[in-house]
Amino acid sequence: MNDITESRKPPVATTGILGWLRMNLFSTWVNSLISLFVLYILFQFIPWILNWTIFAADFKYNFNGEEIVNREMCSRVLDPENGGACWAIIYVRFYQFMYGFYPREEVWRVNLSYIMLAVAVVPLLFDNFPFRKHFLKFTYIFPVIAFFLLNGGLGLESVSTNKWGGLLVTLVLGCTGIALAFPLGIILALGRRSNLPVISMMCTLFIEFIRGVPLITLLFFGMVMLPLFLPEGIDMDGLARVLVAVTLFQSAYMAEVIRGGLQAIPQGQYEAARSIGLSYWQMNLKVVLPQAIRISIPSIVNTSIGLFKDTTLVIIVGLLDLLGIGRGALADTTWLGLAYEVYFFVSLVFFIFTFAMSRYSLYLEKKLKTGINMGAD
Amino acid sequence: MKKLLSIFAVTVFAFSANAGTLDDVKNRGFLKCGVTTGLAGFAAPDDSGEWAGLDADMCRAVAVAVFGDRSKVEFITTTGKSRFPTLASGEVDMLARNTTWTISRDVNLGFEFVGVNFYDGQGFMIPSSLGVSSATELDGATVCIQTGTTTELNLADFFRLNGISYEALPIETNDEGKENLFAGRCDVYTTDASGLSSTRAAAADPGKWLVLPEIISKEPLGPLVRHGDHQWGDVVRWSLNAMIIAEELGVTSENVDAQKSSNVPEVLRLLGVEGSYGEMLELAPDWAYQIIKQIGNYSESYEANVGPDTPLEIARGLNALWTQGGILYAPPFR
Repeated sequence: MNDITESRKPPVATTGILGWLRMNLFSTWVNSLISLFVLYILFQFIPWILNWTIFAADFKYNFNGEEIVNREMCSRVLDPENGGACWAIIYVRFYQFMYGFYPREEVWRVNLSYIMLAVAVVPLLFDNFPFRKHFLKFTYIFPVIAFFLLNGGLGLESVSTNKWGGLLVTLVLGCTGIALAFPLGIILALGRRSNLPVISMMCTLFIEFIRGVPLITLLFFGMVMLPLFLPEGIDMDGLARVLVAVTLFQSAYMAEVIRGGLQAIPQGQYEAARSIGLSYWQMNLKVVLPQAIRISIPSIVNTSIGLFKDTTLVIIVGLLDLLGIGRGALADTTWLGLAYEVYFFVSLVFFIFTFAMSRYSLYLEKKLKTGINMGAD
Repeated sequence: MKKLLSIFAVTVFAFSANAGTLDDVKNRGFLKCGVTTGLAGFAAPDDSGEWAGLDADMCRAVAVAVFGDRSKVEFITTTGKSRFPTLASGEVDMLARNTTWTISRDVNLGFEFVGVNFYDGQGFMIPSSLGVSSATELDGATVCIQTGTTTELNLADFFRLNGISYEALPIETNDEGKENLFAGRCDVYTTDASGLSSTRAAAADPGKWLVLPEIISKEPLGPLVRHGDHQWGDVVRWSLNAMIIAEELGVTSENVDAQKSSNVPEVLRLLGVEGSYGEMLELAPDWAYQIIKQIGNYSESYEANVGPDTPLEIARGLNALWTQGGILYAPPFR
C-alpha cells in the first residue's frame, strides 16, 4: 500500500505540562537542582506567609472574639506561638491611611475626587473606550475640579493641606508629578536637541543640575528656599512647594528618557518630514514625537514608578504620606510594636499601584508593537 | 530695581524682627505648632486622628491660653532636619518637638527656649538575662549605637571615664537598633531614655528588657520660639510654668473649680481670681484656669502620656517636682 504513515503524536515528555516542566525547569541537572531548591523554599514560605497574613490573623476581633482596641489585645501578643498578623491597627486607622486628617464631614470630597480621577484617567489609557472623545474633555478640566474639591473654595469649606495625608498625599504627589512632568519633559528634551544654542544650553543646564542633586535636596530647596523667591504677601502652601520640587525633578528625568527616544528616530524621518514642507512643530508633533514616545514607553513607566515610590521621601519635609501615616501609627503608644503589619500594608498598597502601572505599560507595548524596529522595515 | 529693593527689604525685615506673633495668632484664629512626625508619648496621632502626647499637650496648652479652646491648634509635622527652618520662616508659631536645649540652638540659630517640659538623657537598655544592674559592669559588651550622633561621643566618653571597653555595632535608625538588640546581635542599645522606653514597650515581652539606671548625658527638651518676640515667648513660657505650678499647688483638672475658693493666695493668683496676670500677658484673666481645666497640670499630662501607667512606663525621675526629688521647678506666680 502507499498509505502515508499516520502522523504520530510527539513524545509525551515534550508536550503539555510535562513538556513545559522539562523545557523550563529541568532542562539540565543544574537547572533541576535550582528548581528543586526554589520549590522547597516556596513550599516552606508560602504556607507560613498565608497563615500569618490570613488564616491566623486578627482582623477586627482577636481569638477570644473581643474587638481589638490596643496592642495588648492582639492574638499575636497574647499568644506569640500561634497568633498571626494583627490587622486591627490598619482596620482602626484605615481612615487615616486613606485620607490623613481630612475632616470627616468633608471626606466625600476626597472620595468624589478619587472616582473622578478614575473617570478621567481610564478613557485616557484605553483608546477603545466608548465615547472616549467626550471623556477626554473631562480629563482636561479634571485637575481644576480636583483642586477646588480637595482644597476648598467656590463655596466649599477650605481644608488646609496640613490636614491632608496618607494615600491622598501619595496620589496627589504621584499623579501631579507624573502628569506635569510629561509635557515639561518633552519641551526640555526638544530644547536640549534644539539648534538654537541658548535654548539648548539652558535646557541642558537645567536637566544636568536637577539630575545632579538628590530629590531630598530639591525637597528642602522647595520647602526652605522657595518662599524667599516669592514676592511679599504670597504665602505658598507647603504641599504646593513640594509639588514644584517633585515636578522639576521628574521633568528632568522624563526629558532624558524622551531624548533617548528622539535619538533613536532615524535621520530619514526628520528629512522626510521636512521635505514635504512640515514646520518644526508639525514635524515633531506629527512625525517624530509619536514614534519617539512609543519607543520610550518602558522607560517612561519606569521613571514614573520610581517617582511614585520616591514620594515617600516627603516625610523628611514633614508631610505625612502613606508611609508617614504608618510611622505615626507606630508611634502611638496604643499600638507600639506592630511594625510588620504597618509596613506590610503600606508595601501592599504601593505594590498594587506600581504593579498596575507596569502591567499597563506591557499592554501598551504589545498594542503598539514597540519591539519592532520601525526605522529599518 | 525698585522691586528688587523691596524684596531685599522684606527679606531683611523677615529675619530681623518677628514681633507681634501673639497678634498674628489671634487674628488667624488658631495656633500653628510644630511637632514630630510621630514619637511615642510626645506627639503621635491617635486612632481618631487627634494628636496626643506630652508635646501635643504643650501646644494645646498655649492654644488654650490664647483662645480658651484646646481645639484651636493646627499641628504641623516637622522632622529633625526641617524643624528649625520651619520655625525660622514663621510657618509655625512655636515648636514643641522634643528638641534639646543647647547653647548653639539658643544663641546661634536665633531661637529662644522658654523652658523644659521633659528632662531626658542618654541611657542603656539590656536584656534582663544579662544579669547586669549597672552600666559600669558592661565591660566588653557589644553596643548598638547610632552613628554620627552625640550619643556616640557620650558613649565613648562614659566608657573611657570608667576604664572599660566596648565593641560598637553601628546602626542608622532607631528601628535598626531595636531589631539588632531583639535579635541578640548586640548586648546593649543606647539612646535617649525616652526612646529606650518606647523600644522596650514595643518588644514582644517588655519584661525581658531592662533600662539601666545610669543616665550619661543631659537632654533637656523644651518648647521654643523665635528670638526677638518676648511677648510671645512669655505666653509660651508661662503656659508651661502654669502647668508645673498647678502640680506644685495640687490644682488638677478635677478640683480646679473647687480651688477657685481656695485660701492659698498663689492658687487664687494662678486661677485669675486675684491679680491681673492675664492682662499683663494680653490674655484672658482665666487663661491658666482654662489650661488646667482643659489640659490638666503637668503631672496629669505626664501620667497620661509617658508615665508608669502607660506602655512607656517612664518613672518621673528628674521630671519630678523639686519638692519630690526631681528638678522640675517653675518661678513663683506673683
